[in-house]
Amino acid sequence: MHPVSDKAAIVGIGQTPFSKGLGRSEYDMAVEAIFGACDDAGISPREIDGLVRFDMETTDEENLLAVLGNPVIRYQASTSWGGGGSASVLVHAAVAIAAGMADTVLVYRSRARGKKSVFGKDSKLGGRFWERMDPMLPGMNQWHVPHGLVTPFQEMAMITRRHMLDYGTTEDQLAEVAVAFRQHAMRNPNAVMRQPMTIQDHHDSRFIAEPLRLFDCNIETDGAVALIVTRAERARDLPQTPALIHAVALATGSHHGRLSTMFGRDWDQHGAARSGHQIWERSGLRPSEIDAFFCYDFFTSFVIIALEEYGFCPRGEGGAFVEDGGLLWEGGRLPTNTHGGQLSEAFIHGVNNHLEAVRQIRGTSTSQVPGAELVLSVGANSDPTGAVILRKGP
Amino acid sequence: MSDLRESVITQTRPLPQPGLDNVEFYEAAKRGELRFQRCSDCGAWRHYPRPACPECQSRNFSWELASGRGRVFTWAIVHGPTLPAFRDELPYNVVDVLLDEGVHFQSQVLDCPPDEIYAEMPVEAVFVPASEDITLVKFRRR
Repeated sequence: MHPVSDKAAIVGIGQTPFSKGLGRSEYDMAVEAIFGACDDAGISPREIDGLVRFDMETTDEENLLAVLGNPVIRYQASTSWGGGGSASVLVHAAVAIAAGMADTVLVYRSRARGKKSVFGKDSKLGGRFWERMDPMLPGMNQWHVPHGLVTPFQEMAMITRRHMLDYGTTEDQLAEVAVAFRQHAMRNPNAVMRQPMTIQDHHDSRFIAEPLRLFDCNIETDGAVALIVTRAERARDLPQTPALIHAVALATGSHHGRLSTMFGRDWDQHGAARSGHQIWERSGLRPSEIDAFFCYDFFTSFVIIALEEYGFCPRGEGGAFVEDGGLLWEGGRLPTNTHGGQLSEAFIHGVNNHLEAVRQIRGTSTSQVPGAELVLSVGANSDPTGAVILRKGP
Repeated sequence: MSDLRESVITQTRPLPQPGLDNVEFYEAAKRGELRFQRCSDCGAWRHYPRPACPECQSRNFSWELASGRGRVFTWAIVHGPTLPAFRDELPYNVVDVLLDEGVHFQSQVLDCPPDEIYAEMPVEAVFVPASEDITLVKFRRR
């Protein structure tokens, strides 16, 4: 048994409303979600003794200490980088608890990413960060942006095209992902995008960066989410059904230097492929034992790629896997993103996926998979990345 | 808040800011040469510039002249949104070129309509001055 296995449990979840524009600061939204998670867990915010955040989070430790009533923080960490870190934050929380560094760890993410939620010139101040690019670029952006390769969806479109070239992945298969997650969102009152969508609606949506269309891309939203992680023994005394963190993985791969390093190596050297290898080795489980999958659906194509990286199907067969409603909560091969994900619920950097993973374990999803006891929730298939398997606790 | 958004959006075309690890690349481009780092020990070419070889970790390298010839490995056609300075060119291509030396380079193919690009399309480098100090490496069909 891996030393982190089943030592920690998620016992509280909280969130703000999700919207294309709330007109609120990331700090304010974070606090609402954090206090909500504490209420859900049945604890006082002053009991928090560990903090784990994204390194790009604008609500930092100082901001939090100023509202939490001066708690005694015994552990704090931040994780790189973007969406790849969305499961890593839970991994760090579980490791801290297993090592006795902290008892009650807060994990959170707050984002004002609605396209009009702009608070100033700095690229971290809300909205689309890429719209406020420095005129002279010293970092990795210097190799992309001067050629008009400005946004993440343009970069991901190039990777998507390469998957199509290598494996024959089709636009119909991309559409299957968008339609399945929209069907889940239509059943979820928290979701931002709840209008019906057909395969044809997907094909009729405009190209953003061909081959990606509007309905292949994550939505631009405001909102915050938070989770409370504590010792498994303590979790038994708290009100909610514990979601035990049963297995953890952290990995890096070839996407560390943007496209040149990634395209220089084959698909199996992606961080997500390595994370998948780790999570099955550490858990002793097989993909077929997982009741529901939560993956970082920043683009439809990356769901297909994630299914391959995490071993739910052989490399190159992710497209066929999603056909005929393969990801639907009811009747699908593998119920995936049963809340609607980043494509249709909200884009809270993938951390909202973990809240739905917990709801599946508790049996409270609006698209509940009957008897769900083991779920896999993973970070973006960019680098670095990570994954957690949650198990229904006593 | 939409007024604020419009007032802070980047209006210019961002350009590279050369640094100590890559200035040789830009000086070569200004002369009309495509140069990449090449490991003096194992012979591997590399891009992006970095102080050690990713294959053998040797810190010995030289900036060698590349052929400038390669093939389109993958591409996207940008329809927007994008930065205002690029909007006049929509829809435009962005490509990853696999150069004959084995390195991947992101750029654009000039004078090539979106529906004429294909995988493995042969291309060659051309040099386009963007400012007094910076020349960008673009590609043309060959």
